[in-house]
Amino acid sequence: MIPPEGIGAARRGATGDPPRIDVPDLERSLKNVRTLFSALMSVVTVTASVVALYPLFSVLYLLIVRGGRRLGLSLFTELPPGAGMIGGGIGNAIVGTLVTVGLAAVLAVPFGILAAIYLAEYGDGSRVAGVVRFSAKVLTGMPSILTGVFAYAAVVVVTGSFSAVAGAVALSILVLPIVMLTAEEAIRMVPHKMKEAAIGMGATDTQTTLRVTLPTAMPAILTGVMLSLSRAMGETAPLLFTALFSDFWFEGGLGEPIATLAVLIYNFSGSPFDNQIDLAWAASLVLVAIVLVINLAGQALTKRPERR
Amino acid sequence: MVSATATATNGNGHENGVGDGVVIDCRIENLYYGDFHAVRDTHVPIRKGTITAFIGPSGCGKSTALRCVNRMNDLVRGFRFSGHVHFRGQDIYGRSIDPVAVRRSIGMVFQQPNPFAMSIYRNVAFGLRLNRFKGDVDEQVERALRGAALWDEVKDKLSASGLSLSGGQQQRLCIARAIATEPEVLLMDEPCSALDPIATRRIEELMLELKERFTIAIVTHNLQQAARVADWTGFMMVDTSRGGRTGYLVEFEETKKLFDEPAEDLTREYLQGEFS
Ligand SMILES: Nc1ncnc2c1ncn2[C@@H]1O[C@H](COP(=O)(O)OP(=O)(O)OP(=O)(O)O)[C@@H](O)[C@H]1O
Ligand SMILES: [Mg+2]
Repeated sequence: MIPPEGIGAARRGATGDPPRIDVPDLERSLKNVRTLFSALMSVVTVTASVVALYPLFSVLYLLIVRGGRRLGLSLFTELPPGAGMIGGGIGNAIVGTLVTVGLAAVLAVPFGILAAIYLAEYGDGSRVAGVVRFSAKVLTGMPSILTGVFAYAAVVVVTGSFSAVAGAVALSILVLPIVMLTAEEAIRMVPHKMKEAAIGMGATDTQTTLRVTLPTAMPAILTGVMLSLSRAMGETAPLLFTALFSDFWFEGGLGEPIATLAVLIYNFSGSPFDNQIDLAWAASLVLVAIVLVINLAGQALTKRPERR
Repeated sequence: MVSATATATNGNGHENGVGDGVVIDCRIENLYYGDFHAVRDTHVPIRKGTITAFIGPSGCGKSTALRCVNRMNDLVRGFRFSGHVHFRGQDIYGRSIDPVAVRRSIGMVFQQPNPFAMSIYRNVAFGLRLNRFKGDVDEQVERALRGAALWDEVKDKLSASGLSLSGGQQQRLCIARAIATEPEVLLMDEPCSALDPIATRRIEELMLELKERFTIAIVTHNLQQAARVADWTGFMMVDTSRGGRTGYLVEFEETKKLFDEPAEDLTREYLQGEFS
């Protein structure tokens, strides 16, 4: 029972003395070592992030200034000019990059997500899962030129021609482990109690995975996909001796060489002709813009307001 | 494990297992999580159209016993169980039983709110879609949300994420989700622990309404709540005498009798300790 004087009265009555509490000094003061240290660290972190952003912005600035010169309709509608010619565009390389990277995504993303489901949900702790995870980690650190060499041996030599498919295979080997590892992480982040809820409702393992776990993890999975595709888009080395290059429009021939922005930039940036160098800059700008658009689209996709 | 043929000798092995009104006959002889002996000797008959409450100190295995009834413990690695749980005359731990089918008839509300990361509407409709519900989904969702005393708070934002709700609202969402499919038996593990007194009352009223149609088993720390809503009450306790912390059922009685004149001293001590 609480006495009428209140709880405090009862407690004081029991111990005899009123409890003494030191009033702490609550004012913020720079004399305090901890405050000083914290202020100093704020300055350091802000400086570090500005320094880290500096190269990024200078590259962007350069791209916009030098690449912006050629921005115009013809850039997107015309074919690359030959040596010493004027005008021209990079239309076929834009299409080619989208085709090659798209094909790589089709090859790698479903595989990566399915493998991630296995790693996170079913093969947990198993030997196979351990080996697969380790291999994926090794694969993420592999120099990209090696995937090109592999695709050259596995596709180009076998089919007897450089092709979009060979380029896509090379890129998909780069994309696969990133998708797999980020998707595994994303699936692991889905709270166990959410899966428990689904199973408690009488969902099968498959239904739980498809209707609860995957949708919940999807934003994070998509981030991984976007990240890896952005990276693949800028890769030149794997394409040099797989997709090669083409001076013509892509007409559906996946078995033929295909133009890509990365290889175009590589070829033209070393060119003695100003026209081609300008186009290399413009192509770089377009490449960055595409990566940006893909990432923005990915974000919009994951934040899309839900239908009822 | 007792085989399904034991039903015949069980006395309630009628066609639907409701011979003397018992829908679920839960008899846990021994239950282990790995090496840990969690529960022993707990026999709880759950009667049709009633509310059965589990009470007892924290860690005595109330949740564990409840989770046995719809095979949620199957998810725990190292879970072993001997005994039986008869539901409609079948042992749900029998070899030929599909736990998924069991869980569709025996729904569960968990101790901690666990809405899905999807809209409020889709949370509630989830079970309906699983069961390929043929009727009007909108109507059923509204009915379930009203039943869980949540409708007025969410009717204007059904497409907001279930995770955007407060803890108490989330719990009521989970209750709505569980009752939307109208399972035959509803298991509720401390459904009101995150709720304020008004919502708690509303949920209690809901349970009393629902027991006309469903059979309910709840775990509660709130003895008054057990006294208010339960028809039958089981008191569980922890046995530390053999070195472990094994929970067991001390007494199972009609609520009024258990609270007014408990047969066991342990029960009396616990009730006195909690009420004074
Ligand atoms: N998944 C699990 N794995 C291992 N041990 C568990 C698991 N779940 C519960 N236990 C143990 O089993 C015992 C009973 O737990 P249970 O959750 O059933 O208690 P409870 O009576 O519901 O307690 P509370 O009232 O605090 O919710 C506890 O000692 C607990 O540590
Ligand atoms: Mg519990």
